[in-house]
Amino acid sequence: MLSSEEREEIEREFAHYPTKEAVCIDAMKIVQRRRGWISDESLQDIAGLLGMSVDEVDGVASFYNLIFRKPVGRHVIMICDSVSCWIMGYEKLRTQLTSRLGIKMGETTPDGRFTLLPIVCLGACDHAPVMMIDNETHRDLDPEKIDAVLEKYT
Amino acid sequence: MEKVLTKNVRPDLSYVDLKAYEASGGYQGLRKALTMAPAEIIDEVKKSNLRGRGGGGFPTGVKWSLVPMGGDALQPKYLAANADEMEPGTFKDRLLMEGDPHQLVEGMAVAAYAIEASVAYVFLRGEYQLSEERLRRAIAEAYEQHYLGKNVLGSNFSVEMFVHMSGGRYMCGEETGLLNALEGKRANPRTKPPYPAVSGLFGKPTIVQNVETLCNVPYIVTNGADWFRSLSLTQDGGTKIYGASGKVKRPGLWELPMGTTIREILEEHAGGMRDGVKFRGLLPGGASTDFLVEEHLDVKMDFTEVQKVGSRLGTGTMIVLDDQTCPVGMVLNLEHFFAQESCGWCTPCWSGLSWAEKALDAIENGQGQSADLDHLSFICKICAPGNTFCALAPGAVEPLQSALKYFRDDFDRHIGEKRCPWKA
Repeated sequence: MLSSEEREEIEREFAHYPTKEAVCIDAMKIVQRRRGWISDESLQDIAGLLGMSVDEVDGVASFYNLIFRKPVGRHVIMICDSVSCWIMGYEKLRTQLTSRLGIKMGETTPDGRFTLLPIVCLGACDHAPVMMIDNETHRDLDPEKIDAVLEKYT
Repeated sequence: MEKVLTKNVRPDLSYVDLKAYEASGGYQGLRKALTMAPAEIIDEVKKSNLRGRGGGGFPTGVKWSLVPMGGDALQPKYLAANADEMEPGTFKDRLLMEGDPHQLVEGMAVAAYAIEASVAYVFLRGEYQLSEERLRRAIAEAYEQHYLGKNVLGSNFSVEMFVHMSGGRYMCGEETGLLNALEGKRANPRTKPPYPAVSGLFGKPTIVQNVETLCNVPYIVTNGADWFRSLSLTQDGGTKIYGASGKVKRPGLWELPMGTTIREILEEHAGGMRDGVKFRGLLPGGASTDFLVEEHLDVKMDFTEVQKVGSRLGTGTMIVLDDQTCPVGMVLNLEHFFAQESCGWCTPCWSGLSWAEKALDAIENGQGQSADLDHLSFICKICAPGNTFCALAPGAVEPLQSALKYFRDDFDRHIGEKRCPWKA
């Protein structure tokens, strides 16, 4: 069930659009911000609130890169795999990350600390290679800096 | 040269608040606009030769003049700022939104007034957290001073402004995909016509405009079309935020006169190539533009001139290829992106780009055959403009078709040697 807080925040978005359906993406982001991901149950709750079918909402959820339909770790690492970062050493960075974390791209560490995902160009190409952890962008990375960056996230 | 869009941007990128923005002449464009008729503003923007900075280069004033006006027009009309900066290698709108967010708010208010729109959305990349924070703050400050909301500055004009954070998908940057995303749907493209200016968001007249384009609008209103054109070295008006990434000495962004040559941007502003690497080519304006090479360095970076040599200005942020980087690997990276971000709506795109990625992957990993190159050329043809619903696939094959032209020897070497010569 949606919390009253989640429900209120979603309902506030209704004023910004002429249809309830338009709030679909905002609603999922509101729930995901609190729970980390969108479960089948959350999907049903959102569909009910917006007057949409569950399949419609899932169709939207599965389209977007930033809506997670599987549980994620406490921190989500999104490493840019687009062209400027690729030129500037993305592959070495990825190798370092997967070996330090002991997981492949798309996986979560067994202790639930990190999920590692690829992301498209983060718009910080003059500081490539870059990655985001949660809401923070880390620039000018190289494999040697990775440990110090990861340490900040517990 | 005179800085226009970046004059308030601070070296430490700290927040430029309403007071600081007003002190530099901020919101004077909106004040003046409110004394003019909407048609006068559209006319001035037309005369200024302002062209869309998101990559398309469509004349902004012409687009606005397609919007039905007056009492018979469907209401409400909408304005959407396309702040979904997701073109690989592009990072200029982020600077404008983080560095001087009020400028975008004012540009949107003036544009909304010009097309008589009463609702404006900033369609913002979900990853641009700092831009979100600053735009929300700027919008709140603008409401307080009646630059937004009911009866703007005591006039009859009212406009509401909202931020929409994207769910994340390259297709959201496509004009009609953006409209579907704002309606809470998958960001598939829509058939045109009808054009969004006539029937867009929720079926109402809508203008979708890139951030940098909108930021120019208040200055055109304040200083006039002639002034705006005088900023440029060519026919296309204004300044341009150019950028460079890759192995250059000083990657970054610079506001320069429209029509500055590639050589000046690359050598003077980006400082040339890093020690130990040589220039081989560049994508002039993001991932979806054709490669240019050494012989093109004196081309002026504007919409007309870059097109003459077979590429596009695109977003004006160039991605530089050096001799230590494999061109086949680079194109594989690009086509991986486009194949992944294809929305699946039309066949040339979802099927063609996936096959392009597979063929490039085979070549890069020593499994390629010369027939693969014919296959890649065929894919470039079927993804050409006119065969697809939107510009994703035609843009996707631009770097591919030009790589096959300029770096053919490198493709042949991969196939002949059955390996990537750049890998140890």
